[in-house]
Amino acid sequence: MNRIAETFEKLRQKKEKALVGFVTAGDPNISESLTLIAAMCEAGLDILELGVPFSDPTADGPVIQRSSVRALAKGASLRRVLEMTRDIRKKFADIPIILFSYYNPIHAYGNKAFYKAAQENGADGVLVVDLPPEESDEMTEAWPGNALSLIRLIAPTTPVERMKHIAASASGFIYLVSKTGVTGSDGLDTGDIAFHTKNLRSVTSLPICVGFGISTAAEVAVVASVADGVVIGSAFERLIEENMDKPELASIVAENVRKYKAATKMT
Amino acid sequence: MNHFESKQYPDAKGHFGPYGGRYVSETLMPALLELESAYRDIGDDPGFQHELQELLYHYVGRPTPLFHAKRLSAHLGGASLYLKREDLAHTGAHKINNTLGQALLARWIGKKKVIAETGAGQHGVATATVAALFGMECRVFMGVEDIARQAPNVQRMKLLGAEVIPVSSGTGTLKDAMNEAMRYWVGAVRDTFYVIGSVAGPHPYPEMVRDFQKVIGEETRSQILEEQGKLPNMIVACVGGGSNSMGLFYAFVNDPVEILGVEAAGKGIHSGKHAATISAGSVGVLHGSKSYVLQDENGQIQEAHSISAGLDYPGVGPEHSFLKDSGRVRYVSIEDGQALEAFQMLTTLEGIIPALESSHAVAQAMIEAPRRSKNDIIVVNLSGRGDKDLGIVGQHLKF
Ligand SMILES: Cc1ncc(COP(=O)(O)O)c(C=O)c1O
Repeated sequence: MNRIAETFEKLRQKKEKALVGFVTAGDPNISESLTLIAAMCEAGLDILELGVPFSDPTADGPVIQRSSVRALAKGASLRRVLEMTRDIRKKFADIPIILFSYYNPIHAYGNKAFYKAAQENGADGVLVVDLPPEESDEMTEAWPGNALSLIRLIAPTTPVERMKHIAASASGFIYLVSKTGVTGSDGLDTGDIAFHTKNLRSVTSLPICVGFGISTAAEVAVVASVADGVVIGSAFERLIEENMDKPELASIVAENVRKYKAATKMT
Repeated sequence: MNHFESKQYPDAKGHFGPYGGRYVSETLMPALLELESAYRDIGDDPGFQHELQELLYHYVGRPTPLFHAKRLSAHLGGASLYLKREDLAHTGAHKINNTLGQALLARWIGKKKVIAETGAGQHGVATATVAALFGMECRVFMGVEDIARQAPNVQRMKLLGAEVIPVSSGTGTLKDAMNEAMRYWVGAVRDTFYVIGSVAGPHPYPEMVRDFQKVIGEETRSQILEEQGKLPNMIVACVGGGSNSMGLFYAFVNDPVEILGVEAAGKGIHSGKHAATISAGSVGVLHGSKSYVLQDENGQIQEAHSISAGLDYPGVGPEHSFLKDSGRVRYVSIEDGQALEAFQMLTTLEGIIPALESSHAVAQAMIEAPRRSKNDIIVVNLSGRGDKDLGIVGQHLKF
């Protein structure tokens, strides 16, 4: 069993849902980013999504856009993110690490070289935001099998027939986008989330993680009651932005990880 | 010159050879699939096509003239230059051919809100215009730098009832405006139609915009055949995203006609401050399609530069990348200063003030004409008029 499946299995036994944390790798700079990611893992994060910063993040709201600008200004790149992955893996043997990227940095790196480096450095999965199944042949033709999971996105606009088709080529877990919008936009409709989660369950047995715009522990608890995992992204990035000049940045973020994690426990 | 089978492209998934496609987030995919199927439907719908033709005739003022620029030709001493007068189309540029088609399609699908990105403001004006014509709500995303340098078009859009949304990220130019339009669309996709202004973006936009613009080349071809009894030796157009050029080129790709696409070399290709995407870029993915882009070795998109807001873009439509690789079209580039010279030359010799975008094509024709015989014909696409550029040209020429 790989780390992703093991994690969901362990959580199931403990009657907990997964807390999935997204951070833009290299924000506010590479060394502080590593420090705060370590603090998040120690504070109980279940799955780490490491965002590869991109110059033109068209699926992201202002918070993650600004985090990408900061990370790029500090020299972050896919190459550096892969090195960061290796550093994190050395310290944390069990946490699943998902590389979250737009396609162009991967394309520029070279697809095959990228899978190889991702695996060797200890990543468990890859999610490419702007690569729908229609375009993923060039990505999957050299795919290294089960060693690396291909995480797929399902949107609220995805019809059920299409969900089925997408789920068929997914592995690891499925990322259900909570709302029709970019990351960080507000106004969570929990009824909608329950509806889409139910539809998605009817076509897949993979774990379902829900993300985009979830920012409070109360929202985490509601989403966790229907999904297998809850993704927090912009809320972490907002904390980083607001506290990046403080020496206690890592502990502030870790504190919030504990708060969110507590809300994923179903007992 | 070899016979070129371009007309079979794109394939069913929107690929022009290795280029094109739909590199977008899943949220947008269902809308793109819906758009594609609606686009196939209107192709066979006589009512739709009839309404489009009527509007192109009575509202846009098509066919636009093909004008023999005799004084400029005589001055250059060589081939005869003809200008395809898209500057005389309603709103002052070729952009209206496309926005009319897309607005009709939006109405067909049942969407009453439209959004657009704009650089020079011509596409924004053309979208705001058709939105007024059809009673639609219109939002236009425009970079802050472009708002400053194309001020008259901003006023026109506002008068037409559109909301102009300033975009300050990046360099505040066309790429940033398109990023923001795509983000907005992700949130509003259920009731909003995105009117993309060039042959760029995800499938089916590159194909659809080309088809709405190909009237330029079809008219040019029959006009020159009627007037001169032969095809031109060369056709020339500027390439930003690539819509006026694809519009002119498409009718000629299987003809023995030399085709030239002119990119913006800004302050010079070697200065790093340019927008010569095909001439100096590499293959990547930007704004939903695979094509040549300006990027660094890590796949981060680089900033473009051009005096002309409509060419100031680090990407290009996928069909151009395909035409470049096949060798069917030759892509060259013209610097800011050369474009300004051509702008003045055409203005003083022919009494036509061209857009700075179109001035790049004129500048290239001015290089080509003297090298050719008096019997040769060169057609230049005059994609737009230059009223919008008087401010920036005034700054450079100090008047
Ligand atoms: C007059 C004019 N010509 C050319 C362009 C460049 O666009 P395209 O390459 O799509 O024709 C623009 C874009 O704003 C324009 O306004």
